[in-house]
Amino acid sequence: MTTLVEVDALSRRYGSTIALDNVSLKAEVGLVYGLVGANGAGKTTLIKHLLGLLRPHQGKVRVFGLDPVRDPVAVLRRVGYLSEQRDLPEWMRLEELLRYTRAYHPSWDQAYADQLLENFGLDRSKRFSDLSQGMRAQAGLVVAVAHRPDLLVLDEPSSGLDVVVRQDILDAIVRTVVEDGRTVIFSSHLLDEVQRMCDHVTVLHEGRVAVQGPVDEVRAMHRVSQVRFPKHLDSTPAIEGALSIAGDGRSWSVLHTAALESLREVVAQSGGEIVESRIATLEEILIARLRRSNRQRQAA
Amino acid sequence: MGTLEQFASMVEIKIDPADGVPIYRQIVNQIRYSVASGLLEPGDELPTIRAFALRLKVTPNTIVKAYEELESAGIVQKRHGSGTFVSGERTRLADWERRRIIEQRIDALLTEAHQLDFSVEELFRLIRRRQALMSDGRTQNKASDVSGS
Repeated sequence: MTTLVEVDALSRRYGSTIALDNVSLKAEVGLVYGLVGANGAGKTTLIKHLLGLLRPHQGKVRVFGLDPVRDPVAVLRRVGYLSEQRDLPEWMRLEELLRYTRAYHPSWDQAYADQLLENFGLDRSKRFSDLSQGMRAQAGLVVAVAHRPDLLVLDEPSSGLDVVVRQDILDAIVRTVVEDGRTVIFSSHLLDEVQRMCDHVTVLHEGRVAVQGPVDEVRAMHRVSQVRFPKHLDSTPAIEGALSIAGDGRSWSVLHTAALESLREVVAQSGGEIVESRIATLEEILIARLRRSNRQRQAA
Repeated sequence: MGTLEQFASMVEIKIDPADGVPIYRQIVNQIRYSVASGLLEPGDELPTIRAFALRLKVTPNTIVKAYEELESAGIVQKRHGSGTFVSGERTRLADWERRRIIEQRIDALLTEAHQLDFSVEELFRLIRRRQALMSDGRTQNKASDVSGS
């Protein structure tokens, strides 16, 4: 496999706030990478480093083997980028932006751009100030993919958009990977989307990597098991290896990283049994980890 | 695109990301089920990776993984250059698959019965009663009081 992006022990502070703390990420060709985490977890800061918009305070960032801060032109020429803000110049017409973008991308594929504009039903003589949120996102998407970038970077692309435009964005991701064998990195708070679209996920929490790996492996490492006790419990049972425990009385739902067999033994010691067990969803994993770190902070 | 439309008219693959089963495995299971139940027949063509990924809105590598697993289980065959097809050996496969599928359902039923404090004997009795009602065609609206957990 060819490594396209290499982030190694990256740290960054804004004043006294730690935005990124020792974050590493490797992206290989042909896969879709998801970045998830609460607002302020560091997703956008990480993405800005990939684009060379921020200089690492510590650690190393390489995209196509280049330093994006030192070599922005060579890097950005091969990158497509769509941000949540979809920061497009209000006064410009769509056709002007297309001409402008095409001029600095030698690999621009006009036929692909035309096809997307037609699919989206975008009128290229319109000014951005006259476009809806959804249309701006679609226009931003055309600009991000029409030069067939080797790396497509999307920062919260679906944020605030309706279902139709969200589907357009997912389609663009699939097409980028299938037709061109290219790489996508996208951040999203829509975990359902990440679970479907990503091969690999990085969960950021307060600037650190909380969990990272292939989506199926990350999910398989976390299980949700239903535990039943013979007697009514008045308070949450202490279960070793559990990330979160919810429920009441005799039935409790436990999210754990411990193997099923070892949880079974732990639970059996207090007379309980596991009546059902399945792998966790990304959403359950993220919520359990956030709750736990909030609890730890309150305890400290 | 013709293949996808044909395929979709025979089999509707449903993905539930909240399910406790990896997405590629959900696809594998549903295609296995469709082959075992005869919805898909030997020689039927499966959609291309691209068309399937676009339809299901999943990463293409998930389809690749599902097809690889189906291929190594002998359920589908790749013919170079032309696509992925349901394999010819259906009968041998079907017996094995039919059993596996029904056993999964039985396991789920037993678990649920256990949680609701039904004994296996009671379960047998209920199954026979439901079967009798079903053959009289009277189960339609009564089904809810059993499954509505």
